[in-house]
Amino acid sequence: MTKPWSRFAAPASFYPLAGRLIPVFWVLAAAFILIALYWGFFQTPDQLGGSNAQKDYYRIIFIHVGTAWMSMWLYAMLVAWAAVGLVFKTRLSFMMANAIAPTGAIFTFLALWTGAIWGRPSWGTYWDWDPRLTSELILFFLYIGYIALHSAIDDSRRADRAAALLAIVGLVMVPVIFWSINCPDPNQCAALHQRSGLGKVDGNILFAMLTMTLGLWMYSFATTLMRVRGIILTREAETAWVQDLVRAQARGS
Amino acid sequence: MNIMNKILEFLSQGGYAGYVWSAYGMTLALLVIETLGLRRGQRAILARLQRLLRLRNAGDKQ
Repeated sequence: MTKPWSRFAAPASFYPLAGRLIPVFWVLAAAFILIALYWGFFQTPDQLGGSNAQKDYYRIIFIHVGTAWMSMWLYAMLVAWAAVGLVFKTRLSFMMANAIAPTGAIFTFLALWTGAIWGRPSWGTYWDWDPRLTSELILFFLYIGYIALHSAIDDSRRADRAAALLAIVGLVMVPVIFWSINCPDPNQCAALHQRSGLGKVDGNILFAMLTMTLGLWMYSFATTLMRVRGIILTREAETAWVQDLVRAQARGS
Repeated sequence: MNIMNKILEFLSQGGYAGYVWSAYGMTLALLVIETLGLRRGQRAILARLQRLLRLRNAGDKQ
């Protein structure tokens, strides 16, 4: 344990570091989200597109795109931590994977929810078994499956490994979701999402969209670090440093 | 009165208030619930560990 990176891989040194980082991420999250909300609601046109215009309801885009991107990105992060844990057998990596899962599940649900509400006025339906919607729903079940499998196994080290394998197998869904709109024949795939490049989006809308995504990303850092601190305390409850910390807290309060 | 009208106009979102605010409302609600849950969870874990420590100390003294 002499390499510099492994110093913070020890839960005992990561716990206080995370505690110092959490307020920073909260401030960044609040700042980015407020800027994005202001820009999205006041600096963007009331309508989107020409002949078949998207009216004011298109403003759902700012949270829909942000939550959908985060749902995929957090899953990739969850799998990355799980894989690091399997290869290097580091306890903290599995704890990070565990801490990401609930936030990822929430963002996946929000992507589906906001998508359904956007779909109603623009496509005339809340839900359709379109490839992208279906694959995002499967991603939601993968998050739920990861959490459920982990909590179903009592031995936390076995739970870590089993859930990590499930997460790695499920990683195939992320590229499927990402490319599920680029289907060659829209009639065949019934793709409700249209192919679009970021370059084609209006500058103000793009700015609000990206700022909101950054804000949600900072939010994810904050909640993940908060959750991992709880997991560390629970799992390391028998160690001397946790007992010292608890004793110090008891004296302080 | 002018400001009031502007606020009402903003809230109506061109007649799509129900769609826009239910999307944003659910997002806000879930993020707030998650944050409060995490804060409460952390406090509960610390309280439980403190109780365990007290029990153990009491056991050592006997």
